[in-house]
Amino acid sequence: MDNEQAVFYSRVLTELTLSFHIIYATIGVGIPLMIMIAQWVGIKKNDEHYILLARRWARGFVITVAVGVVTGTAIGLQLALLWPNFMELAGNVIALPLFMETFAFFFEAIFLGIYLYTWDRFDNQKKHLLLLIPVAVGASFSAVFITIVNAFMNAPQGFDLVDGELININPLLAMFNPAMPTKVAHVVSTAYMTSAFVLASIAAFRLLKGSNHVYHKKALFLTMKVGLVFAIATAIIGDFSGKYLAEYQPEKLAAAEWHFETEENAPLIMYGVLEDGEVKYAIKIPYALSILAHANPFAEVKGLDQFPEDEVPPLYIHYLFDIMVTIGMWLAFLSALFVFATWRKWSFIQTKWFRWLLVAGGPLAIIAIEAGWWFAEVGRQPWVLRGIMRTEDAATTSGQVDIMLALFAGLYLILGVGSVVVLRRMFKRNPVEQEIEDRRKEKGGDIH
Amino acid sequence: MTLEIIGISVLWMFLFGYVIVASIDFGAGFFNAYNILTRREHILTNVIQRYLSPVWEVTNVFLVFFFVGVIGFFPKTAFYYGTTLLVPVSIAIILLAIRGSYYAFAMYGSYGHKGYTFMYGMAGLFIPASLSIVLTISEGGFISMVNDYPVLDYWELFTSPLTWSIFVLSITALLYISAVFLTWYANKAGDTSATELLRKYALIWALPTMVTAGGIIFELRSHNPEHYARILDLWWVFGLSFLLFIGTVWFIFKRKKYGLAFGLLVGQFALAFFGYGVSHYPYLLYPYLTIYDSFTNEAMAIALITAFIAGLGLLLPSLYLLLRLFLFNKDYVRGNKDHHT
Repeated sequence: MDNEQAVFYSRVLTELTLSFHIIYATIGVGIPLMIMIAQWVGIKKNDEHYILLARRWARGFVITVAVGVVTGTAIGLQLALLWPNFMELAGNVIALPLFMETFAFFFEAIFLGIYLYTWDRFDNQKKHLLLLIPVAVGASFSAVFITIVNAFMNAPQGFDLVDGELININPLLAMFNPAMPTKVAHVVSTAYMTSAFVLASIAAFRLLKGSNHVYHKKALFLTMKVGLVFAIATAIIGDFSGKYLAEYQPEKLAAAEWHFETEENAPLIMYGVLEDGEVKYAIKIPYALSILAHANPFAEVKGLDQFPEDEVPPLYIHYLFDIMVTIGMWLAFLSALFVFATWRKWSFIQTKWFRWLLVAGGPLAIIAIEAGWWFAEVGRQPWVLRGIMRTEDAATTSGQVDIMLALFAGLYLILGVGSVVVLRRMFKRNPVEQEIEDRRKEKGGDIH
Repeated sequence: MTLEIIGISVLWMFLFGYVIVASIDFGAGFFNAYNILTRREHILTNVIQRYLSPVWEVTNVFLVFFFVGVIGFFPKTAFYYGTTLLVPVSIAIILLAIRGSYYAFAMYGSYGHKGYTFMYGMAGLFIPASLSIVLTISEGGFISMVNDYPVLDYWELFTSPLTWSIFVLSITALLYISAVFLTWYANKAGDTSATELLRKYALIWALPTMVTAGGIIFELRSHNPEHYARILDLWWVFGLSFLLFIGTVWFIFKRKKYGLAFGLLVGQFALAFFGYGVSHYPYLLYPYLTIYDSFTNEAMAIALITAFIAGLGLLLPSLYLLLRLFLFNKDYVRGNKDHHT
């Protein structure tokens, strides 16, 4: 196999691993927070339903966390196996957050083990809540640190490159690079948002399937409220991300927006298709791109004409950007409508068609996560370290990447199918009505 | 003490931690599978599941910590080992994935699925084997430089007696470590039949472990004379390690003081492991890479060591809490309080 093929297969394998991993990783970051909130609400309202909610979510979470851990280990090793030249160079500058990520993960792993296996050991529910705090903190911080590594790849700094040698290295400066604030905030907030909508999907689905228990209604209302808060946060951070791109990575923004020529009063292009360099069927919103980029409708926005052709990212990232933003806006609208309607006691939210919309929310959020990551990653092509190392110079020279790709594809298929089957079986065998009944027998009477 | 030595010592310590906890874990998985297949699962399953369930994720972190740390402290290892180890390490990842998912899938899903349990037991044996290839390669002689890029000679690797000795050692040692630990644990749980069975396993695997370990030293004499000479300089470390080994076997044989026996075993492996590590100095990959020419810049080294100390401040109390609640909690070990989610 020649090197060009090794580069190609390395890219495909990395994309496959990450695309699979982020489904479980996103849930892994967001769900501990949701469990913690449910436990806290349960204690505050003295409502056993919320405690049970926390417990059942935690049980499902174990399955997703297992897949998240093993695929996370895979990508951690693949970074060095598939991109040895990149790790050799970048390791000098960015090892610190990578190292800290393992600490956060360690911390989470210890307390998750304790939480799961001390259920019912302490009579005081507050002790269980105390165990959940380090789990949620550890999960969120591992997302923070690993996103810092990715932010560095987009905006490398904290060193000087002199004749191919790295000197004057400053690990903290490398961590606090310009891409870091928006990236970290966006990743963490979308992880919370996605987890909330995924859990809301489950509650809505149970309600649709005939279980009219108040437990599911409480679950749905709680998750939709949390989902709304983080959907709004995500939209605000998304706006900051646009301003970051205009300032530091204008080629990514220009490619995403099909903004070919540098101009003032730049319009935002939504949807549409690209045929022979012509944009068709698009919606043009005047001045919106200038507002997104510089918070000023008349500002000049850099176009693709400013960049050498071999440094322009693939133009299909526009579609990914559209998918991400559209889903984000839709979910913000849907959750706002639901929360408002619940407050005003409008009954249409209990209709079948509306509940189907809620069921679709979780999968849609996951699609948005995937689209957003593909957009962010493909958008910095051809660079692996923007402005410093091109992707083709970073890959391995090994000839066996294609076989490994097939092996890993098989593995992810087994893990994906296995996790879905196990999760379904787990909750089918032990429906909430049954569990509430069991707990009532155990504790005697005070649970409905 | 230079930063390089501090760095490699920290990492070697973590690798040692992984070797011990992973051996217990992998060996337990194997014994469990073996007993299920021979229809004796009732003897061991309780003891094994009770110990393993709360710690499986922690075991995995030790490994992640080690490889992230190596690349952090010694970025050039990514270039040499990353390029050459694609196949063996990918296989190890896949086996790790099968094991890691087993706990979650089997505990909550189809508990007792025989095929999966068998795969899980076997995966545990081959993970250390596929990872120990790194140790074999580090002795030199299997990597050559072609156009400035390292290339691994698989034929040379698979026909070398050194490779197979290290392979056999990784399996025998893990079964031995695991059996000794579980004997102690089963005894604490007051489970006589499990204790007896595990004690038998411990005695069976003791001798092969010693024989292969000795054999490797002998093979190094012709494979890497420089390393062999350094091992001889440290003969007293390995001698001491052997005495501790005798002590462990003695106590197990006499059915006394299983806790002390396990303590001696940890001491035995610690001495051998660090003796081996020190004699490997200064090479990470003989003869291409030493810890000096692959070391990261000073600023990063200091930052990493600082992060490491801060991290330990957080981890050690947490690990202590974990041990207090499970390993050293009489009620939990005996199964009086095992309501989990």
